[in-house]
Amino acid sequence: MIAGRPQGLDRPFIMSAHSPPVFAAMQALHIDNIHKRYGNVQALKGVSFDIQQGEYFGLLGPNGAGKSTLISIVAGLVRADAGQIAVLGHDVVSDFRAARKSLGVVPQELVFDPFFPVIDLLRLQAGYYGCGREQWPWIDELLEELELSDKREANMRQLSGGMKRRVLIAQALVHKPPVVILDEPTAGVDVELRRALWRFTRRLHKDGHSIVLTTHYLEEAEELCDRIAILNKGELRALEGKRALLNLHPFRLLRLSLEGRAALPEALQSKLVGEVEGEFELKLEKGKDRIADVLDAIRSAGLRVENVQTRDPSLEDIFVEMTSAEVAS
Amino acid sequence: MIAAFNSYGAWTLLRKEVRRFMKVVGQTVLAPMITSVLYLLVFDQVMRDRVEVYDGVAYTAFLIPGLMMMSVIQNAFANTSSSLIQSKIMGNLVLLLMTPLSSLEMFLAFVGAALLRGVLVAAGVYVVAIFFVPLPLEAAWAALLLLVLSSGCLAVLGIIAGIVADKFEHLAAFQNFFIMPLSFLSGVFYSIHSLPPFWREVSHYNPFFYMIDGFRYGFFGVGDASPLLSVAVVSGFFLALSVICLAMLHTGYKLRP
Ligand SMILES: Nc1ncnc2c1ncn2[C@@H]1O[C@H](COP(=O)(O)OP(=O)(O)O)[C@@H](O)[C@H]1O
Ligand SMILES: [Mg+2]
Repeated sequence: MIAGRPQGLDRPFIMSAHSPPVFAAMQALHIDNIHKRYGNVQALKGVSFDIQQGEYFGLLGPNGAGKSTLISIVAGLVRADAGQIAVLGHDVVSDFRAARKSLGVVPQELVFDPFFPVIDLLRLQAGYYGCGREQWPWIDELLEELELSDKREANMRQLSGGMKRRVLIAQALVHKPPVVILDEPTAGVDVELRRALWRFTRRLHKDGHSIVLTTHYLEEAEELCDRIAILNKGELRALEGKRALLNLHPFRLLRLSLEGRAALPEALQSKLVGEVEGEFELKLEKGKDRIADVLDAIRSAGLRVENVQTRDPSLEDIFVEMTSAEVAS
Repeated sequence: MIAAFNSYGAWTLLRKEVRRFMKVVGQTVLAPMITSVLYLLVFDQVMRDRVEVYDGVAYTAFLIPGLMMMSVIQNAFANTSSSLIQSKIMGNLVLLLMTPLSSLEMFLAFVGAALLRGVLVAAGVYVVAIFFVPLPLEAAWAALLLLVLSSGCLAVLGIIAGIVADKFEHLAAFQNFFIMPLSFLSGVFYSIHSLPPFWREVSHYNPFFYMIDGFRYGFFGVGDASPLLSVAVVSGFFLALSVICLAMLHTGYKLRP
């Protein structure tokens, strides 16, 4: 049902008529030295970074890194042990009303109230933000854009996971928040819906919303985000523009197989990073290791290359490189 | 500019909580009416000629305010506590907690809805009860005040229990081991003057006794305690519970870890 027609999300978008207000020279999110401990788990160990208005920002990290905890603190759902967060300059504790009005959060879990149909849930949610009937056309528009128009009267129980996710996205946007945070919105959804959600968030971004996306699909962050933070074990491991992050790790990957399924010569073993069914993956430092040298080494071992290809590292490779040391420890 | 009180938000939450129990009105309002009628039928048959608690007040009549108050107690408590525990278990409470509603606004909305349910249930029991036996209304002010205050107390207790509980069983335990005994031991079925002196003394420390006694005073103009004392005790209980509840909401106890 979802897979059948996500292209509907491509229709002309009229969200720009409802652009969020612009607060000049204020960070969308200001995160300052946040600590959070649960029992003896130190979920966040002093995380600081800023997100500028109009950014499409990626928050990456393996499971348990602390992404959801950080988002919950931004949303006022969890209290930090130390540190401050402001949304568009509004402290999330002392000025919680303004902070929360500026913020829309799509939670990671598919949570819902089983008592009301979709349309009522959305209108009630808008009401909590002080928005009445004047917001109803906007809610209808969201339903339309998220391909939920025919589910207005449905109960959440009747909806598939992908539809529930889209209702949650609509629910986060009922009050037109200038800052939108999506916590792993594409986890467990099919490829087509994922693409549709990408388009949807891109359009939100184009219309002036600041977007924060957490994901563990790195290709997703690579595709969408201007800037990326990598969180691991409650610590910020990297905070870079996407290109800078790629350039920070100047290596290429060379994949090759040898005729007769021969083993890799001893001389190249130190560069080997992976092997799948006789295909070797070698890591070549930029400006140091040359492809020609690799091929020479193979030839001088009396072997012949059957197939060869190179690729730039993906965020995944970088991510593995950055976090593997700690994961192993 | 952002207003100091999000009245539209609080109003929305109140409406939602009311709709929540009205959707299952059979369970939330009609069932207590039927339960009370059953009590009345049984006690009316068994006790009709035996006891007269106050002069000129038939036992069945004596029983009605107690039954009304019992329904109020159970329903006001159930409304807030089950709403909270349900949205905690379903996880959708976060969708409310992330809104700009303050603790006070949430408190007022939840209590308001539970209060309305309490009053509706009391009215329902009243309407069916007066078919059985004529019921005077000697001091409507006392009946009304205690109806509202008692509903309020139990609504707030329900919020507290809903915050503390992690599952439905915890709520059931709270209801079975705290609310039921205290309301049964508060003179629903008897006047505490018929109790041995020790238990009579103990009853005076039970706030539920004042809810029922003061409420009953409203109908018959007689009671075991002074109606003003009842209003004062129940008001004090309500204030104390509200302070505890608001402090819990404000600090985010259990709700915002
Ligand atoms: N409510 C909680 N109680 C106890 N521990 C928690 C709680 N929430 C998260 N944690 C722990 O905090 C760490 C970070 O979790 P989380 O923020 O959910 O990570 P992520 O979203 O990056 O997967 C994990 O070790 C997790 O087990
Ligand atoms: Mg998470």
